[in-house]
Amino acid sequence: MRNKWIAAPYVGWMAVFVVAPLIVVLVYALTREAPDGSWYLTAENFAGMAGYAAVFARSFLLAGIATVVCILLGYPMAYFLSRERGRLRSMATMLIMLPMWMNFLLRTYSWVFLLERNGFFNTLLSSIGLPKLDIINTSGAVVLGMVYNFLPFMVLPIFSVITKIDNRVIEAAQDLGAGSFQVFRRVIFPLSLPGVLSGVTMVFIPSVSTFVISRLLGGGKSLLLGDLIEMQFLGAAYNPHLGSAISLVMMVIVLVCMGIMNRFGEGEGEAVLL
Amino acid sequence: MKKNGILSRLFLALVFLFLYAPILVLIVFSFNDSKSNAVWGGFTLDWYVQLLNNRTVLEALQTTLLVSVLATAIATVAGTAAAIGFSSMKRRPRNACLTVNSIPMTNADIITGVSMMLLFVFAGQALADFSGWLNTTAWAESANLWFDFGFDMGFLTLLIAHVTFDIPYVIVAVLPKLRQLDPNLAEAALDLGATRWTAFRKVVLPELMPGIVNGLLIAFTMSIDDFVISYFTAGSQVSTLSMYVYAQVRRRVSPEINALSTLMFVAVLLLLVVINLRQARQEQRRKRQALRT
Amino acid sequence: MKKTLALILSLAMAASLLSGCVSSREENTFTSDTSGNGTGDTSGEVQQTSGGEVNVYNWGEYIDESVLEDFEEATGIKVNYQMYDSNETMYGKIAPGGTDYDVVIPSDYMIARMIEEDMLEPLNFDNIPNFADIDPELKNPEYDPENLYSVPYMWGLMGVIYNTTMVDEEDLGSWDLLWNEKYADDIVMIDNSRDAIGIALKRLGHSYNTTDTAQITEAVDTLIAQKPILQGYVMDEVFGKMEGGNAAIGTYYYGDYLTMLENNPDLGFYIPEEGTNIYVDAMCILKGAPNKENAEAFINYMCSTEAGLKNCEEIWYSTPLMSVREELDPEVSSDPYAYPDEAIMAQCESYAGLPQNILDLYDSEWTRLKSASVD
Repeated sequence: MRNKWIAAPYVGWMAVFVVAPLIVVLVYALTREAPDGSWYLTAENFAGMAGYAAVFARSFLLAGIATVVCILLGYPMAYFLSRERGRLRSMATMLIMLPMWMNFLLRTYSWVFLLERNGFFNTLLSSIGLPKLDIINTSGAVVLGMVYNFLPFMVLPIFSVITKIDNRVIEAAQDLGAGSFQVFRRVIFPLSLPGVLSGVTMVFIPSVSTFVISRLLGGGKSLLLGDLIEMQFLGAAYNPHLGSAISLVMMVIVLVCMGIMNRFGEGEGEAVLL
Repeated sequence: MKKNGILSRLFLALVFLFLYAPILVLIVFSFNDSKSNAVWGGFTLDWYVQLLNNRTVLEALQTTLLVSVLATAIATVAGTAAAIGFSSMKRRPRNACLTVNSIPMTNADIITGVSMMLLFVFAGQALADFSGWLNTTAWAESANLWFDFGFDMGFLTLLIAHVTFDIPYVIVAVLPKLRQLDPNLAEAALDLGATRWTAFRKVVLPELMPGIVNGLLIAFTMSIDDFVISYFTAGSQVSTLSMYVYAQVRRRVSPEINALSTLMFVAVLLLLVVINLRQARQEQRRKRQALRT
Repeated sequence: MKKTLALILSLAMAASLLSGCVSSREENTFTSDTSGNGTGDTSGEVQQTSGGEVNVYNWGEYIDESVLEDFEEATGIKVNYQMYDSNETMYGKIAPGGTDYDVVIPSDYMIARMIEEDMLEPLNFDNIPNFADIDPELKNPEYDPENLYSVPYMWGLMGVIYNTTMVDEEDLGSWDLLWNEKYADDIVMIDNSRDAIGIALKRLGHSYNTTDTAQITEAVDTLIAQKPILQGYVMDEVFGKMEGGNAAIGTYYYGDYLTMLENNPDLGFYIPEEGTNIYVDAMCILKGAPNKENAEAFINYMCSTEAGLKNCEEIWYSTPLMSVREELDPEVSSDPYAYPDEAIMAQCESYAGLPQNILDLYDSEWTRLKSASVD
């Protein structure tokens, strides 16, 4: 089936609804509103960016930690699931996706309830005579929220890549005398890397730009990039021009990171979610 | 591959517990006879009764389902078509298209939402101005026409936004299947006298189906779970469930919402079980047939 | 083949979309003067008949929702109801345009700002006869001196809420409690710039409405110093925090304190000696609202005794409606914090509108506070 024109409507759609909005953001980032309501061209939105270096650093650090934890939990999970036979394996995708059908805000909220000072966990701990833990409103709680919400995005691509590995490749390795650890290290792991890479993208980006999680679980104390942007657009410190500028800088940093990572990976750097 | 030992089973169980514990809490507290979400006040089904009488929630649910289903349907068709188109392009334009295509996936939700909102505002204004200008022209007057292209954000803009962030996931899910596709298959069908449409429907489409279904699933999940983009593009007349929850979540989520989530969760779970049972039965039948022949 | 097919399809779709936008001249020319010019709201036909819709944007959990149904039954007008969590959020959603809310319910200082920025439509009080029932004290307020744009919805006082089992009595009395290191990690601070900076200003003995940039910066510095001992910044999350005993000290509105008290009898409330904020949330109609008359009908209905009483008994804020106050349980209507006497009133100051340069300063200072590191 060769027919490139069939993509034409979507290319048009992308031009209008993907590219054009970005141009609008660019215009906002490069302008400011004068007191009389007219707009003027300026770079002052970017000038103060250094002042937010701490926020940038904190966001990238927390999102980075969350991503690493997701790999540490998600990779073994995907690997073990792919080794299962029967019901569990065929249902694995759905089981991982199912939590996402409960509202994202509700799921995060329910962690608040679990981690609260007099919440479920602490009640449990004190009922067996252990001291209470202060988890809520710390950076740790924010990372936990990120891992919880975005773990499926790490497991799914890895699982899908591992299950696609040709069994004959593994058998060949075994026939050539590789032990099961060697099979994993020399065959399965390298072949599953594209899944890990796309998982990293799918976890890191929403983590670095979240504001709901840091709001609900971080108590608004450690501001993340998402919060900073949200403040400018949702009014706590209304300034869509500054918000657009911060968004652009964040986008560029993220794109550069992803570009470098995909270079390391392989040529065709596109995400495989399932 | 070797089967899982007890340790890896335990690991799986723990991670699944981690994924489902908060949901269990929500479900348990939908039966709680107290408005507070922290204290257990006895068993009740009141919240389910109240839910059925809460018009705001039901309307939001309706909007959410409608927009998710429509956006998924449109995105699945358009995304599949676009993926086929992309794969037949030359390398350069294809890579350009794929890069643009990945923007809604890699961009932060809030940027996507805000930028689309700004675009809609701008377009609505421009179109209103344009129709105002048209109405003053002699041509419109002589033709006795009145133009009114201006629009405010509403269900349509919400749908457009959802379609826009859904399509890339469909494309990404379908593309790998297209790459695995043997081009000779379709040609063979054509040689055997099939029309292009029949060849596509009978030969290509079945090969792509697993990818399409995956894409559809992700698109639907993304749509139903989205809050930020909907928040900015829905305008004033329609609310999605997420928007309703957002206004409440910081105070104290009404247990009605817990009840609704429980119902949705159970519905999906049932669906999943039914699909699985059917698959299992089909597999058994296939095995039995294989044995007989 | 496919190319032409796609072209025809898209043309057909475009045509069907356009057909809704083109009509004969006579039906429309008379509405052209009433519908806003160039505000992007031209799609809304003016509702002459009874029925139709009204788009309402209110605070979360700030109404007895059955009132909406009562209104629909009484008038046949459908209510599209959405909620926000702070004045600033509401402003951020409306300011860029493209939305067509009719009724919004901002607080005093935000109304002043929106009048200043020409975002509100003058009301036709002929359609709001129930305005007569509004407490005369609340008419012609500072934020809307000629009372052209707003009808009070609820009002109240802000104060300190504390858990009597966790806080020692001798520490009470002042805003200083929120800075008391003894209660580190047990304090939650309010999460919006006007209230938080306002509290810091009051504590330092300044006015809420100061335009002295040095005072504002000084106030924010004290907020930054307070940040390490806070458990977090909260708005409506304060309910869960205080009711569940998860925090010992918070600051919020008196009506909400009464709601919390129902769920946790250990809570106490006081008005700090430095003074506090008295606020009014009032119903306004946005400029270019597509359903203005319905909006006025809605506002009028909300001022009826029946609706006012229902709302009041649901959210426990102070009502501006005199008839409702008479109907209320005397225990409530004689509550000195809900309906304060002059001695308490003397301690209160309301927020006034601020000039643009100070608003910008609030925004940048708020960002400075929130992005400050604690660890």
